[in-house]
Amino acid sequence: MSKDYKDNLPITPRAFMEEFMRLKRGSVTRRHFLGVTGLGVATGVMSGFPGTFSKSAYAADLGTRMSIATWPNYHDPATFENFTAATGVAVDVNVFGSNEEMLAKLQAGASGWSLFVPTNYTISTYHKLDLIEELDLSKLPNFSSATENPRFTKEGQIGGKTYAVPKNWGTTGFSVNTSKIKTKLTSWKDFFEIIQTEADGRGMVHDYQLTTIGSALVSLGLDFNSIKPEDLAKAEELLIKVKPHLFAINSDYQPSMRSTDAWITMCWTNDGDQMNRDMPEIAYVLGKDGGEIWTDYYAIPKDAPNKAAGYALLNFLMDPKVAVKEHIANGAPTTDSRVMSLLPPEVTADKIVYPDEAALTPLEFGAAVTLTDPGRAELMARFKSA
Amino acid sequence: MPLKPQTRHKLVTALLLGPAGLWLFFFLVLPFIAILVFSVGKRGPVGGYAPAFTFEQFANLGTRAAAFVNTLELAPVGAFSCLLVAYPVAYYLAVKVNPQRRLLLLSLVVAPFWTSLLMRTYAWMYLLGGRGIPHLLELVGIENVRLINTPGAVLLGIVYGYLPLMIMPIYVSLEKLDRKLLEASYDLGAKPIGTFFRVTLPLSLPGVMTGFALVTILLLGEYLIPQLLGGGKVFFIGNALVDLFLQSRNWPFGSAIAVTLVAVVVVILTIAMRLTWRIAGTRKVDLV
Repeated sequence: MSKDYKDNLPITPRAFMEEFMRLKRGSVTRRHFLGVTGLGVATGVMSGFPGTFSKSAYAADLGTRMSIATWPNYHDPATFENFTAATGVAVDVNVFGSNEEMLAKLQAGASGWSLFVPTNYTISTYHKLDLIEELDLSKLPNFSSATENPRFTKEGQIGGKTYAVPKNWGTTGFSVNTSKIKTKLTSWKDFFEIIQTEADGRGMVHDYQLTTIGSALVSLGLDFNSIKPEDLAKAEELLIKVKPHLFAINSDYQPSMRSTDAWITMCWTNDGDQMNRDMPEIAYVLGKDGGEIWTDYYAIPKDAPNKAAGYALLNFLMDPKVAVKEHIANGAPTTDSRVMSLLPPEVTADKIVYPDEAALTPLEFGAAVTLTDPGRAELMARFKSA
Repeated sequence: MPLKPQTRHKLVTALLLGPAGLWLFFFLVLPFIAILVFSVGKRGPVGGYAPAFTFEQFANLGTRAAAFVNTLELAPVGAFSCLLVAYPVAYYLAVKVNPQRRLLLLSLVVAPFWTSLLMRTYAWMYLLGGRGIPHLLELVGIENVRLINTPGAVLLGIVYGYLPLMIMPIYVSLEKLDRKLLEASYDLGAKPIGTFFRVTLPLSLPGVMTGFALVTILLLGEYLIPQLLGGGKVFFIGNALVDLFLQSRNWPFGSAIAVTLVAVVVVILTIAMRLTWRIAGTRKVDLV
């Protein structure tokens, strides 16, 4: 028996040409053509598509690459590796420092992202600028609105349409070193008072107008989201009075709290929990007079170059078995009761991450206008340069 | 057809200057034109830029007056402190040191540049923080010393960060100083101190001015060191720009401040050049 190279080919040259002509005439589908000629396998192998034979659930048109924009230390790196193994789509992760930078990049066009992680108060702006599209929930069978807490899904909906689905939520409270500050603190009013007295020179506020001005407003009994000039004038008076007593205006407060240079700081959930885990004397307090509650979402840009892969990754991330690992990695609380039931009890019993419902009642979501209001931006500049 | 020598000469010059010219055009001139255009525009309803032709951004500069004042104080004070530390080092390296060890010492001056300034400034945060030097002072009985987030910490960070940029130009101008001039000065009866102030220092002034201008200009845009070692409580133009572009997204106002800053730098640079030329001109000494 002769050994010809043609014997090892999946198809003879003549048959290949016949199939090719049939494809051109439109009498067979592209998938049939790729199947019978073996080209599908070849492309799969060349693009590092390990799931070619096993994962028929993913159609062949996901491409080989996609890119996501998100926050630092916000994912379990294994999540993206597992997604690539299952679909053959490699994920580029772009890390951002602020919502404003994300917005600027997306507004400039050609961001290249097929999925990104905006915070609640930016979603209506993205919608207004026509930068995000309504999510096709039929492509997200793993998303279950029935098990989501409606408080968090609501912020992703505009006019009854879903533009974003929640990733996780959190709060903005303050962390206090209880071995240095003996007074028991329960409110933002206490926070700004103690900074001028017992904790003189030891307090920190965020270098972020939304939370710094918002919390100052709350301490005066005003609305976290107020943009009324008379309210802002009162907040400005307080902040400028407090400034000489501050240790720093900086959103990177963990190093100073850990070295005990600072004793009290405005603080986000994840940071509060991380510091408390290593130094139990650093307590995390939610203002009983109010403060911020926030949610980060997943959304798909209108100009996403690989929408199919964007949906596939989002659906993958909504799988409770995947999501639970994400939450264990980044420490922020989940919005989905299916994920909650999979989390280890020591995580769900953590009162910093999962406070009692009563503690959350006074908290407010930041509003879109709060973020973009020029009056607040100028106030912050005057506070910082005072 | 062979080219005429002059034509060929011009062609070679154009080819050699071409890459730098294109680079400057695309990455300096074009972006600067964009900033100029932005600076006469308006802020869009949710931030960013909206086309317009108005000078209202420039009329608003007063709201960042504090940032300009702080920066115009910090830059010369920082550069002068740098100079005070750098000059003796440069003098030692150029005049006093054993030539065999000179190369090693010069590389040590440059060595910090092998690590990013951000990392080195973070290191200072820990050194000056409560568990660093103040903790050591507590052990010997000196308590309650606050170093981090003070103006002194910012100045220290600046002198540390910019020292090599000051040492190098001064070193270069001192190194080519003709020893015979110093001998002549001694022969004519000058004491060492007189020689230093009347011969060495004037001859090194071009290097001093270059270093001073270099450090001053870089300090006008400094953002990181005041933020990390000053606790963000002192507001410089760099901080104002970061906030306007990345937080409140008021690009036109940020652009107007950037344009003004460039104008200030050009004025300072011109004055520095004039001074250097005048000094070099009135004391015309052949250095070769």
